[in-house]
Amino acid sequence: MQPNIPTPAAQYGASARRWNWRRALSSTGSTGDAVFRVILFLCAMLILLIVVSMVTMMAANAMPSIRRFGFGFLTGRDWNPVADSFGALPFIYGTIVSSIIALIIAVPLSLGVAVFLVEQAPRRIARPIAFLVELLAAIPSVVYGLWGIFVLAPFLRVYVEPPLQKWFGWLPLFQGRITGIGLLTGGVILAIMVTPIITAVVRDVLAAVPVSQREAALALGATKWETTRVVLANAASGIAGAIVLGLGRAIGETMAVTMVIGNVPQISASLFEPSYTIASVLASNFSEATDELYLSALIQIGLILFLVTFMVNGVAKLLVWSVTRGTSGTARAT
Amino acid sequence: MSEVSVSGKNFRRVVNTLMTSLTAACAFFVVATLVIILGYIAIRGVTSISWQFLIDTPKPVGEGGGIGNAIVGSFIMMLLSSVVGLPLGIAVGVYLAEFGDGWMGNIVRFVTDTLTGVPSIIVGIFIYTLIVLPMGRASALAGGIALALIMIPIVARTTEEMIRLVPTSLREGALALGAPQWRVTLGVVLPAASSGIATGAMLAIARISGETAPLLFTALGSRFYNYYLDKPMSSLTVQIYNYAIGPYDVEHKMAWAATLVLMALILAINIAVRFFTRQKV
Repeated sequence: MQPNIPTPAAQYGASARRWNWRRALSSTGSTGDAVFRVILFLCAMLILLIVVSMVTMMAANAMPSIRRFGFGFLTGRDWNPVADSFGALPFIYGTIVSSIIALIIAVPLSLGVAVFLVEQAPRRIARPIAFLVELLAAIPSVVYGLWGIFVLAPFLRVYVEPPLQKWFGWLPLFQGRITGIGLLTGGVILAIMVTPIITAVVRDVLAAVPVSQREAALALGATKWETTRVVLANAASGIAGAIVLGLGRAIGETMAVTMVIGNVPQISASLFEPSYTIASVLASNFSEATDELYLSALIQIGLILFLVTFMVNGVAKLLVWSVTRGTSGTARAT
Repeated sequence: MSEVSVSGKNFRRVVNTLMTSLTAACAFFVVATLVIILGYIAIRGVTSISWQFLIDTPKPVGEGGGIGNAIVGSFIMMLLSSVVGLPLGIAVGVYLAEFGDGWMGNIVRFVTDTLTGVPSIIVGIFIYTLIVLPMGRASALAGGIALALIMIPIVARTTEEMIRLVPTSLREGALALGAPQWRVTLGVVLPAASSGIATGAMLAIARISGETAPLLFTALGSRFYNYYLDKPMSSLTVQIYNYAIGPYDVEHKMAWAATLVLMALILAINIAVRFFTRQKV
């Protein structure tokens, strides 16, 4: 419409923003402010655009597979690229079981560490330990994988799995061949990886519980541990959030699991058997997927993983926010 | 609720002592795990590393070989992702801190937070469909942008937190002198928050320096020194992965040596950040 303006869209946006901005903040309404705000707004919109295009690009590329298999994709147990037969159930199973193992180990451990750091340790001990636990989170996934293959897997094969089989061998969980590479090893390595994450969030959540809660419990004659239980009860939803966050991380963790879980698409009750997770099938098969259907089946798996982790993380954030955001949600009577 | 008998009191004391030592044991166990992992990397890495290893390119098994091109590739892609990711991340962080109190800000904040938790392999697939498929081949560009996508939400959230720590009086002082808001933000608030933002940026760089999954099918890897962004590029992490899953013992040794290099970089950044922030506080 106006030929003298080089970028109509930006100009239009700028004037529209400035008008809003002037009203909202009753400021001088300088052009600089308007331009500044529009640029920042566009950057923020870029984040939304990235997420939206993630979903759409992956959905578009997964279309051949979605059309062909529909919801049967989720329940199909057969994964055979040569025969163009793709079912994701073995990967879903492997992901769920390895994540459950990880949480069973990591949740009590993380709670213990967080309680120790916030409630019990004197500050000069707590700070360096907190730093060391954070360092555990800084170790890259591929390094965990390397350590998992050459240190953890042999250790579990020799010292942990045989006793488990001896004592609990009557359970289907602990039957089968012991190789050191499989669901259990994957779960243990995941546990080590999610522990610092759960610990960090639980620490924040515990720290957000008002001191008055502790003082009240102590004043009633509670021991240190009984006081801690009051604090834990107060922070319950935040702790749940931390656990869900750890779950989200465990579900999406790729490299370390790929390296120790054995990568065999099967559903077996035994934790010693090799398995596959959604993330690890992507990591190890994506670059060899040449034909369209194979590639789109993998992208469909990726899309499922994306949506699941996105939802899991969303739930986790809401739970954590309910405790750490302001004091209104925290001062609950128990 | 309360049996005030002597035995009840003792029982409570015993439980208290037991649980206190249990939590301490948890902390000890986790720290011990860290020490064991780092110890293995140090010992196995040091025994396998050499100067030649740091400059050579990968060679067929038995002829030596090294990670020179992988180190260069990692740095090029980290640089590329920093150039793309840091300004964008900081801009989003500034937006959230300065204008992010409405519903729009909340949506952006929520999406940014959840984006942080999206598995990095998904970012790799997304960039594969977005850049690698149209370009027809893997490239350092795709790898760098994948890493940038991982950086942006981390940098954005730390930037927001750091800007919110800047006292309102500082802002008001600048505004009272007649400065427009953009001058206040860029000239007063950002410099005041700069050390915190730099810390966040360093941690984000440390984080992406260890990323493997997003590079597997975007930058792919290469056996040669490559300085072109439109060609496949080797990286330390992908090289470690390839060496680790290789069948030969020589390769495993090289994986440990490469890991030592990677961990030295990451630990250096983390400890530097720690030192840096303690100085400020």
